[in-house]
Amino acid sequence: MTTPIAKTVTTPATPVDQSLLYPSPYKEFWQAFSRNKGAVAGLMFMCLIVFCALFAPWVAPHNPSEQYRDFLLTPPVWLEGGNWQFILGTDELGRDLLSRLITGARLSLLIGLSSVLISLIPGVFLGLLAGFFPRILGPSIMRLMDVMLALPSLLLAVAIVAILGPGLINTVIAIAIVSLPSYVRLTRAAVMGELNRDYVTAARLAGAGLPRLMFVTVLPNCMAPLIVQATLSFSSAILDAAALGFLGLGVQPPTPEWGTMLASARDYIERAWWVVSLPGLTILLSVLAINLMGDGLRDALDPKLKNAA
Amino acid sequence: MLSFIARRLGLLIPTFFGITLLTFALIRLIPGDPVEVMMGERRVDPEMHAQAMERLGLNKPLPEQYLDYVGKLAQGDLGESLRTRESVWNEFLTLFPATLELAFAALVFAGVVGLLAGVIAALKRGSLFDHGVMGISLAGYSMPIFWWGLILIMFFSVSLGWTPVSGRIDLLYDIEPKTGFMLIDTLLSDEEGAFKDAVMHLILPAIVLGTIPLAVIARMTRSSMLEVLREDYIRTARAKGLSPARVVFVHGLRNALIPVLTVFGLQVGTLLAGAVLTETIFSWPGIGKWLIEAIGARDYPVVQNGILLIACLVILVNFVVDILYGLANPRIRHQR
Repeated sequence: MTTPIAKTVTTPATPVDQSLLYPSPYKEFWQAFSRNKGAVAGLMFMCLIVFCALFAPWVAPHNPSEQYRDFLLTPPVWLEGGNWQFILGTDELGRDLLSRLITGARLSLLIGLSSVLISLIPGVFLGLLAGFFPRILGPSIMRLMDVMLALPSLLLAVAIVAILGPGLINTVIAIAIVSLPSYVRLTRAAVMGELNRDYVTAARLAGAGLPRLMFVTVLPNCMAPLIVQATLSFSSAILDAAALGFLGLGVQPPTPEWGTMLASARDYIERAWWVVSLPGLTILLSVLAINLMGDGLRDALDPKLKNAA
Repeated sequence: MLSFIARRLGLLIPTFFGITLLTFALIRLIPGDPVEVMMGERRVDPEMHAQAMERLGLNKPLPEQYLDYVGKLAQGDLGESLRTRESVWNEFLTLFPATLELAFAALVFAGVVGLLAGVIAALKRGSLFDHGVMGISLAGYSMPIFWWGLILIMFFSVSLGWTPVSGRIDLLYDIEPKTGFMLIDTLLSDEEGAFKDAVMHLILPAIVLGTIPLAVIARMTRSSMLEVLREDYIRTARAKGLSPARVVFVHGLRNALIPVLTVFGLQVGTLLAGAVLTETIFSWPGIGKWLIEAIGARDYPVVQNGILLIACLVILVNFVVDILYGLANPRIRHQR
């Protein structure tokens, strides 16, 4: 038996054929994005993390810094000795691991978001300047960025924290500075590509001033690669922040930051695997989810780059 | 070719001065009083304070300080560690082979496994293996390697007891550091079992450090290989009746390697940054651990010039990769 092929007879109700209408950009974007299954999975996981972060005090079963002295290093509930009170177990001071992870999501997202914003805005501005003034200003900005790129990002962040001292705000500043060059380079490259287009010439002839040319005419057409880059640097910001925390240079204990949690868990590696595994797993999954989303965004927004990476 | 090298060298000079400016600024940007910060105490005796300012050259005008700094660098004077009173350059030289050995092992691991996985994935496009490689490499790319190291230690060292937890060699062995490379030194010494012990110490850190480059190389090889396999000359080679292995490895991989080589070069930075984390986890006595300890101890000359040395290393490697790339691809060489 062959299954009958369902034939859809298209009888347009209106004289205008719907398929000929140009789809709204949002719909088109969503269609391209949702074709990538990994990206949708990543988006769903990130929604969960964002939800946890936003509503941490209500979602978390316990206060993240409350020490239950009778329940030190309680294993997760599915292991022998586990306790439903602490689903993912407790750490060396008897603090609920799940609550700390949920509260940690807040911190990681905060660091990621603020460092992306702090580097995106000046980065785009410098990139625009470098693109619009290709004679003297442009090359000098680019040389400066080359210097910053000569140091591996984590090392530069370590150096900056070594100057400013450890802590939440300094972590954000360090990561923002580190991710600046990629925005500048990307914006400049996009601007250089757009400047020769006819519409820019037209706008110029129509008498558009420099600020208008920069921000209204050219910038919106350079957004696609920037959005993709912002997503990717969001994930590396989370990773770098955790690495700094792990090295003892980032957010300081007892704040429940994922990397910092790992650093203090190191001593219990032989006795309590969950204290070590779970924070790292959370970092891995979040970063993976964001990277998957980034891939989907790139495919949807910037088809030219599809085969590049 | 010579003019190409000269042009690239010319680009290096401003970058180098930029780096010295950065490391110079490092100490001057410390909030508060640098002497108090370095000594780790408040209200230093004014006389000692003045002496320290004098010794560090901090009492001169800034441009003069910078010229002094660059002048000293030009003479090969990188200052001395505040903790050990040893010259920074000597400390770097003794510790660097350990990092180099680790990075080299990691790169070999990443290169061999990554190339193989990438080629097979490209040949079996759409297969389970292909999806597996792509999935694993995406996870590897997102890996917090400091956690990955802990997990491997937990599994292989603590649970199974196969590999040692930390260090480069067991304390039982007394190895004379001839080259600084433990694998070579143990081979040269007549201590029995020392080489095997050194290898066992190296395996886990190398895997951890190689994970991200491995992921990048596997992905890059796959996509570059897929592109090359579509080319006409591959079809010609097949049509000529060449063996599949020859078509893939001689005609295909050779051409697919060019972008992969660039990625190899770019991974050096990743490796050095990863070394900071890997060495901290495995107590590997290299420059990464040295730098982090120096930061913890406020040993600013080490921090300052250690960072300078690492940056120079990265610049140098990128320069060499650029030149090699120019050799391999004349189009790059003649580009302006």
